[in-house]
Amino acid sequence: MLLIECPWCGLRDQTEFHCHGEAHITRPLDPDSLSDEEWGSYVFFRNNPKGLHYERWEHSHGCRRWFNAARDTVTDHVYATYKPGVAKPEIES
Amino acid sequence: MNRYSIFSLLRNSVNYHQDWQRAWRSPDPKREYDVVIVGGGGHGLATAYYLAKECGISNVAVIEKGWIGGGNTGRNTTIVRSNYLYDESAGIYEHALKLWENLSQDLNYNVMFSPRGLLHLAHNVHDMQEIGRRGNAIRLNGIDSQFLTPAQVKEMVPFINLECRYPVMGALLQPRGGTARHDAVAWGYARAADAMGVDIIQNCEVQGFKIENNTVTGVETSRGSISAKKVGCVVAGHCSVLADMAGFRLPIESVPLQALVSEPIKPILDCVVMSGSVHAYISQSDKGELVIGAGSDLYNSYSQRGSFDVIEATVGPVVELYPIFSRMKMLRQWGGIVDVTVDRSPILTKTPVNNMFFNCGWGTGGFKATPGSGNVFAHSIARGDMHPIAEPFSMYRFISGALIDEGAAAAVAH
Repeated sequence: MLLIECPWCGLRDQTEFHCHGEAHITRPLDPDSLSDEEWGSYVFFRNNPKGLHYERWEHSHGCRRWFNAARDTVTDHVYATYKPGVAKPEIES
Repeated sequence: MNRYSIFSLLRNSVNYHQDWQRAWRSPDPKREYDVVIVGGGGHGLATAYYLAKECGISNVAVIEKGWIGGGNTGRNTTIVRSNYLYDESAGIYEHALKLWENLSQDLNYNVMFSPRGLLHLAHNVHDMQEIGRRGNAIRLNGIDSQFLTPAQVKEMVPFINLECRYPVMGALLQPRGGTARHDAVAWGYARAADAMGVDIIQNCEVQGFKIENNTVTGVETSRGSISAKKVGCVVAGHCSVLADMAGFRLPIESVPLQALVSEPIKPILDCVVMSGSVHAYISQSDKGELVIGAGSDLYNSYSQRGSFDVIEATVGPVVELYPIFSRMKMLRQWGGIVDVTVDRSPILTKTPVNNMFFNCGWGTGGFKATPGSGNVFAHSIARGDMHPIAEPFSMYRFISGALIDEGAAAAVAH
């Protein structure tokens, strides 16, 4: 069972959390000017790396707040968790 | 290829089975092929088989990182069905089911296809509405589908507990659905493809693609460089990694999916029972083991292991629905990595790289489609243009918006 550190609550069981996929995807600033390719890319196409992955998690059965995590998708090791709005940490993987 | 028959069995029994021919060769890779298939699972081997058999292209190599059928082909719960909601899905899965029905004869290899009937349970009003909608859609597509009352379910599965925490309100039955022997599918396709000249190259990892002027010209492997006029990537669990090597992204995320197998017992369950809303499906193998499919973990992972809470969430409802299984021991449990698309439908597609084709994204339910997927993918590669059945499954549907939104793509609720 994974333990994940919620930036607000501390170490908790993974079952308290929900993952919501890739983090740091910037919402289009000018949606009206986007082409179909750009919309498709924004909504559906994802980085799906084997290794270091930056992703969004929600402490859904706890404080219900969102945060970001840097996790290795092969080992499930969580390198860091950090609050939204914080720049993603550089990780040597 | 020596054909398998009662006579070859008798002939070899005289020699104490010492003289059986190897089922397929183990050749060194040639310098160049007309088509290189990346991935020696069921879908990849089927693609090679139909390329040789129906498209007249036998100068084909299947390149496999490990051993054939050692990936998700060997990890799934062997269920075969075609009871999907949308016309596009009905097209490809029913095409597959029709090929399943004669596959053992076609391959001269017993894939143990057993159309034993497949039940899909409904546990609440929403489930009843879902099977009502889907069942009628399936019938409109000319595919067999029957609505069952709880009493009829009880007749098929006498030990089911209808009045439990997950009451059974009805069910959808596909009588032609069932199971097949997953390993035999890989071995049968490998043997039949090999007999037509396809080179099956195991323990050979693709490390990169040779791409000139945005056109693929070959693959770089752990056993050297291999040129190819066309490349078909048919991998599960790693298609994003391959796409990354080729320089584009796919609308796919990879997650672990678990299954478990019990100790063998005498025959008790003679159909497949799926249950979408409680994330559990169950059948009994010919060896007597209960084969139980669990849900997937909802985070990206290549770890090939899932969480314990997913197993708990699966065996809990199984024990509730089938109290007779409550003291059975589970012998094995495993996780495989599945490539999941947002609409839970697969991707069979041309790619931004010319002459490179991808067949991937089968998510939690690709095994059932193996023959159909390989068949239409082979024709697509041969023609250089997607087969009409494969056409709707292009990766570009995520740009056009023409998604094939299959909630029924697996027994797990989405």
